[in-house]
Amino acid sequence: MKLLTFSKKESTLYMAFMYVTFTSLLVGGLMGLLQTFVRSGKYTLPFGIDYYTILTVHGVILGLVMTTFFIIGFQFSLMGKTVGMTDKQRKAAWWSFWIMLTGTIMASVMVLTGQASVLYTFYAPLRAHPIFYFGLALVIIGSWVAAFINFRQLYLWKKANKGQKSPLLAYMVTINMIMWVIASLGVAVSVLVLFIPWSLGYTATINVLLSRTLFWYFGHPLVYFWLLPAYMAWYAIVPKIIGGKIFSDSLARLSFILLLMFSIPVGFHHQLTEPGIDPTWKFIQVVLTFMVVIPTLMTAFSIFATFEATGRKKGFTTLFGWFRKLPWKDVRFLAPFIGMVAFIPGGAGGIINASHQMNALIHNTIWVTGHFHLTAAMTSVLTFFGITYWLVPHLTGRRLTPKLNKLGIIQSLTWTVGMLIMSTSMHIQGLLGGPRRSNFSEYAGGAQVDTWISYQMAQAIGGSILFIAIILMVYIFIQLAFFAPRGVEEYPIAEEEDDAEPTPKLLENWILWIAITVALILFAYTIPVFEILKHSPPGSPPFDWPIGK
Amino acid sequence: MNLHKYEKIWLIFGIGSLALFLVIIGFAAFWKGTHPQSHIETIDPQNVEAHEAFKPENLGLNEEAEGKYTVNIVASAFNYDLGKDENGDRVDTLRIPKGSTVLFQVTTTDVVHGFQIAGTNVNMMVEPGHISRYETVMKNNGEFTIVCNEYCGIGHHLMFGKVEVYE
Ligand code: HEM
Ligand SMILES: [Cu+2]
Ligand SMILES: [Cu+2]
Repeated sequence: MKLLTFSKKESTLYMAFMYVTFTSLLVGGLMGLLQTFVRSGKYTLPFGIDYYTILTVHGVILGLVMTTFFIIGFQFSLMGKTVGMTDKQRKAAWWSFWIMLTGTIMASVMVLTGQASVLYTFYAPLRAHPIFYFGLALVIIGSWVAAFINFRQLYLWKKANKGQKSPLLAYMVTINMIMWVIASLGVAVSVLVLFIPWSLGYTATINVLLSRTLFWYFGHPLVYFWLLPAYMAWYAIVPKIIGGKIFSDSLARLSFILLLMFSIPVGFHHQLTEPGIDPTWKFIQVVLTFMVVIPTLMTAFSIFATFEATGRKKGFTTLFGWFRKLPWKDVRFLAPFIGMVAFIPGGAGGIINASHQMNALIHNTIWVTGHFHLTAAMTSVLTFFGITYWLVPHLTGRRLTPKLNKLGIIQSLTWTVGMLIMSTSMHIQGLLGGPRRSNFSEYAGGAQVDTWISYQMAQAIGGSILFIAIILMVYIFIQLAFFAPRGVEEYPIAEEEDDAEPTPKLLENWILWIAITVALILFAYTIPVFEILKHSPPGSPPFDWPIGK
Repeated sequence: MNLHKYEKIWLIFGIGSLALFLVIIGFAAFWKGTHPQSHIETIDPQNVEAHEAFKPENLGLNEEAEGKYTVNIVASAFNYDLGKDENGDRVDTLRIPKGSTVLFQVTTTDVVHGFQIAGTNVNMMVEPGHISRYETVMKNNGEFTIVCNEYCGIGHHLMFGKVEVYE
């Protein structure tokens, strides 16, 4: 496969997304640090700033802004490398960037001025300033622009290369964006139809349960939107870095299709303890949730098979000899590798969360926060860092020097240690009943609460180590963007084995896969949503004062 | 499409475990009836007193029969109303004898709250317009903290109560 080269203008576009990513990392990380300090009970925020304001900043900036900007920028570059980007598409891509950025700034200003301390889940009937909701809507609309550019890029390539299968990474980007568009329709409907008119006072009340159901219809696929780009790197980029080939092109595609189908019709597993949803439908969505185990197992197999095959080709024949010979000193490998390992306990925790009954033990405890710091902040974000180490110098025409590589290894290990300390203590505190999304409190006092506070101290230690890792990462990013010596850094995309079997045509039958996905969604949601509407209570008027407005 | 032989074994083993796991939770849910709370019963959040359970005099702990209790609670930002004692003072601790069966019924008059008795399986979302219910046997004695575990505003962390289970 021939890889395309980027024009200067294209590189500038991709870099724009990276600047927003790393600015967000710094701002959001600082908030995270302050949160852990406050929760240790030994620190109060200055200037009368409220804990929940910074928690909203943290959740929105890291959970929604940083991830989305990185992913869309990275995916544009993947498309640019494999199927190309025309000038027209590049101009449209700038639109997606500016629309998303405008939305981000609108929402952030409202959050920072205390007008929108509703956390990133913005549950009704807490009412934020309408501009906050408009901002969110723009971020989504901007991301749709990006999605349609990606679809068009692949479409044009297919037209020019009749009969050929699409490049694997372009295929994966397309799946991720199809999932994203279908999923974000839910939150778009919720924001445009329910929240905006209600926050402006055009409608008196809101259906709380419906708004939550629409949120989680989107909220679960959102985490897959973070995870799939990490999978792209594991399937198709890491093999190149370790000097190997793609294990199986068809299996990689199949696992992405399964992820598409089983990522959306499962939002109820976030609503297991909610009144007003029939338990049988909850159970059905729990079963659908667990189907994702299959592509996850396939991914795990492929990755380790690639590692082993590569090692053996290099002549290491003992059972685990190949393992020692992996390029541990190459941060482009080490960072995503730690991410993969973190996904093992992360996934196990997810099985507990999604279980029909076990959920009651941990629902809304800080266990959940520990879980997604392990999966999102460790698995996905660390893989994103691993990508940054080669992507940024490739775009800026610089080199990842041995010194920066070493610093990157220190960065990855610091992040790992910090996250392990923080997330482990969050998991344990959650099992003991400690609630999530909570300012420091001694509650009713007593022995039970004392145990929680000691784990919050541990979280502050983990948080401090993490913040050091963030400073290091931002420093490395600035070096790679502006100061590292000029040179050429490879954009590593692995090839298939020479004797690989042909990929079945069926896998590129987009209409079929989208139709199955939509059918599953209709199956999982139609009746319960109809019931929610039929049995709906009197709606809720907006509440401003609980968020200090 | 060809699956590698080891991959087949791996997937058969994985999917088999998955099926077994689903059968276990399905058995627990439908034969043992351990569903999470899901009582599809609505209420007007502006007028919860219209419901028998949430009239001011019925709030808090009510003994229904020997060893059987109902606890009715109205949540609001940032307070759980656990009723009043004989002197007319607000109750902040529910005292329940060990081994009793207790049905918790909670609703809210304003925003979404959580209701968790830390250290037990009593953990539910409390949403305006709905009644949340969970029945359990208090098997262990000791002091348990009730916490609001869903963000309900800037006083969220000040919303709590206590359950004391005594011998
Ligand atoms: C310096 C590193 C970090 C620290 C110290 C940190 C700390 C925290 C803490 C203490 C909380 C829980 C607050 C509470 O429940 O009251 C939290 C929540 C959260 N964090 Fe982080 N975090 C860090 C990095 C990240 C990253 C990289 C991500 C994104 C992928 C992230 C996403 C989130 C989200 C989405 C929440 C949930 C907010 C909510 O429940 O509303 N964090 N973080
Ligand atoms: Cu509350
Ligand atoms: Cu609360």
